[in-house]
Amino acid sequence: MKLDNIYQEEKKSNFAKVSEIIITMASRPSGFIGLSILIFHVILAFISPYVAPYDFKAINPTLMLQAPSAEYWFGTDDLGRDVFTRTILGGRTALTITFFGSLIALLWGGLLGIFCGLVGGKTDDIVMRIVDAFLSIPWILAMLLIVSLLGTSTEVLIPALGFFYGKGIVRVARAATHDVIAKDFIVSARARGHSNFSIIWNEIIPNVRDAILVEGAMRWSWMLLGFSSLSFLGFGVSPPTPDWGLMISNARGLMSFAYWSVIAPIVGLSSLIIGINLTADAFAKALGIDRSTKAPV
Amino acid sequence: MTEIIQNVKNLSIGFKSKKGEEILILRNISTNIKKGETVGIVGESGSGKSTLALAMMGYVKHGLYTIGGECEFNSSNLLKMKNRDLEKIRGRKIAMIPQNAGQALTPNLKIGYQIDEALQLHSDLKEEEREKKISELLNKVRLPSPETIALRYPHELSGGQQQRVAVAMALAGTPDLLLLDEPTTGLDVTTQAHVLELLNFIAKDTGTSMVYVSHDLGAIAQVSDRIIVMYSGEIVLEGPSRDILKKPIHPYTYGLLKSIPKLSLAGLPQSMPGSQPQPGTIHRGCSFFDRCDFSEEKCKNNSPQLEYLEELNTSVRCFNHKSLMNDSQVNQTLNEIKTSTQDKEILNLSEVSISYAKQKLLDQVLNRISDDNPTVKDINININKGETIALVGESGSGKSTILKSIAGLLRTKGGIIKFDQNRNLSSDLKERDPNDLRIIQLIFQNPDESLNPNHTVEEIIAQPLKLYFGLKGEELKKNIIDLLQKVRLGEFYMSRYPRQLSGGEKQRVAVARAFAAKPDIILCDEVTSALDVSVQAAVLNLLQQLKEDFGTTYIFVSHDLAVVRAISDRVAVLYQGRLCEVGPSKDVYQFPSHPYTEVLLGAVLEPDPDIKPKLVAEDIVEEKPPQKGCSFQGRCSRILGDICKNEVPPWQITNSGNSIRCHIPLKELQKDQIN
Repeated sequence: MKLDNIYQEEKKSNFAKVSEIIITMASRPSGFIGLSILIFHVILAFISPYVAPYDFKAINPTLMLQAPSAEYWFGTDDLGRDVFTRTILGGRTALTITFFGSLIALLWGGLLGIFCGLVGGKTDDIVMRIVDAFLSIPWILAMLLIVSLLGTSTEVLIPALGFFYGKGIVRVARAATHDVIAKDFIVSARARGHSNFSIIWNEIIPNVRDAILVEGAMRWSWMLLGFSSLSFLGFGVSPPTPDWGLMISNARGLMSFAYWSVIAPIVGLSSLIIGINLTADAFAKALGIDRSTKAPV
Repeated sequence: MTEIIQNVKNLSIGFKSKKGEEILILRNISTNIKKGETVGIVGESGSGKSTLALAMMGYVKHGLYTIGGECEFNSSNLLKMKNRDLEKIRGRKIAMIPQNAGQALTPNLKIGYQIDEALQLHSDLKEEEREKKISELLNKVRLPSPETIALRYPHELSGGQQQRVAVAMALAGTPDLLLLDEPTTGLDVTTQAHVLELLNFIAKDTGTSMVYVSHDLGAIAQVSDRIIVMYSGEIVLEGPSRDILKKPIHPYTYGLLKSIPKLSLAGLPQSMPGSQPQPGTIHRGCSFFDRCDFSEEKCKNNSPQLEYLEELNTSVRCFNHKSLMNDSQVNQTLNEIKTSTQDKEILNLSEVSISYAKQKLLDQVLNRISDDNPTVKDINININKGETIALVGESGSGKSTILKSIAGLLRTKGGIIKFDQNRNLSSDLKERDPNDLRIIQLIFQNPDESLNPNHTVEEIIAQPLKLYFGLKGEELKKNIIDLLQKVRLGEFYMSRYPRQLSGGEKQRVAVARAFAAKPDIILCDEVTSALDVSVQAAVLNLLQQLKEDFGTTYIFVSHDLAVVRAISDRVAVLYQGRLCEVGPSKDVYQFPSHPYTEVLLGAVLEPDPDIKPKLVAEDIVEEKPPQKGCSFQGRCSRILGDICKNEVPPWQITNSGNSIRCHIPLKELQKDQIN
């Protein structure tokens, strides 16, 4: 019997798969812009301590609210600190905390969602109602409560943010699992008598991984906004650590006559969020999941 | 009658691959449709038949584009027309009937409103006239009481009725040409026969030309005057329907007709090797070369041209058609199936009943199922080791439901499933031990869904081996290769993903996975219905071979009576979850039979213009089994009266060992049915 098949494509290594996805992402204009912004921010976060021209906490009363000049590119703030230095350093904490926060959100949200989708029945009902209840609490109130009880340290913020932004992922993971478990290969695995763990690990995760990763990337940008809001309200990073949310909060009263002190952190924050959003969209498209038709919730 | 209304000239349609190559889906198609003629376009999936039909209404699917040629309708090229002009033709001059009418109708609009919409667009009738026209159209497609049907929503109609509504909508614009894309494929056998009969009637009555696209030669044979056979984007044979079905002079058509199982013959048809080449892989030579029994050296490098033979009024694309012309009577040589049935009972279902009803809270708490009229009831079947037993029936007959319960995927309401005479199998998966799970394996209808798209073939087959036998490393690999060879796949398939395999290959992998568990019983749920005809025969032959090698027992669920005839030793006919007839397969296919079996047998479409389906009963769809009496009372044409409505019929046993559940005495049944 002749068994020639045209598809001679062999199993690819994981590295080859990842690089292929990145190349596909970068081949779209929006994906290229998004990736570039994101990579720029990440690199900046790594190198900023070494390239910052001034000391971020050096207060100089003689240099209060200087307009941008060759010496102070973005001008100085009300305490005479260099805004450029503080801006390039200001994304570090936010980026780190939200990155790890997103990982935690992905992990617990994804696993709980898959589990609920698989077992169904009463367990699913109860867990999902609890998730719904949490979703109905205004997040900022809940966050403020946690932060004021436990403090604003990184060890508190990462799990707290991770918990609050994981709720949405539970829903997405559960819905993605529902699409998969109706398929015959899951029925087949069940009929063979595989354990729930084996079914989740071998059959479901490879098929819902993409959807969950995309959702996680979107959550990252939301979390960044949330974290900056906390800082803005004074519950995030404590001064004098440079942080965009904090900088915007400090300088907002001076906006009418010292616009430079507030423009720079705003541009920093919004460009990072736009970068992550565009990257997440390109990532979804590269994986073949079209988010454009779905609401960004 | 010879006026040509659609003329396709040198049409090529294709797409650009990622590498920038031009890949052709249709290659140089030239044909025409005459007024009042019904043309059947037949071919396997991927042969380009739907693309051709869509091009005939000036539509090219997204991603594809016209490379050359034209589609002339009333001497204007549709493919060059602007959308605005096309709108005037579509619906009014050329109408389309889609495959799945249920999805083509808007779910939240009433039937009457939807037909009215079509009338507003495609006719100049006034409001009062339209109203009359709607009931006229619904009458024409033989829907009972048009006034009430017009007020219903699509989901309130059965599949056959929905398809009729789609026909009515297409007729609203009184088109000259009707394109039908697999219009009966999703329907039950009996409904399919009724819809085809209706289409035949409409073709005659209105004089509309029809283009009927289907993979099913049986359906094509019933409706078309002329047949176009397509293979990998080319026309390989075109001619009068009777000649093509009786004396096919192209090796592909010849092989195709040979690989279709027939009702009148037991045994497995011969299969065609290989599968259709993917678009863009044929660069020179005949596209059928690899699979052809008549190929010669010159076929490898030279592409045959479509040659018109005047004496037969047929065009054929083959160098060797002359040798086929002499002996092309389709003589089916069947591979006889050896019965390997042993005297030992392996599975016994007694008094099994299954309910889908939503349980009340009290019953949920007490963990019991109460339903006085369950979906499946009174199933008593005993299955011997090495036997192939087939469960047949239309959709809703409960055949897949029974399989699920045997596999432990669905709890039964009552009854006992006994394995090997002494072991009771619980219908709840959690209560079965691993060995009970191993002995029963499943093969599913659609291999696309039953294989995890993210696993390689190796990982797929390794799962049962790891789970049941704890194999690892080299030993595991050896076993996988061994299994792949058993299903006639090479070792190099191990690293492939399901999406890189053809339908037949995927189903082979699924078969290998089932056999990996070394099961005693394999449950086959419509295993061939998602496959192309030429591949179907190969899979059936493979299953038979494996059964003879391993002594496995098959429980085979199918709606296709010809396939069942080919492979099974014994047949059980189900209607509404109740058994109607059980017996050795050769006897079930002979009279006397249960009135329902008679209906099913009559509706089978054979690829032979001389065998017309017999429409015995109406194609009504019943949603629930009757509370009492015979399950088939609602549709039976031989109903006796109150006895059928009130009393469950007794089992009557014929001389040959066939059990029939009917009130009518066997002798009378036989006398009636033979006449």
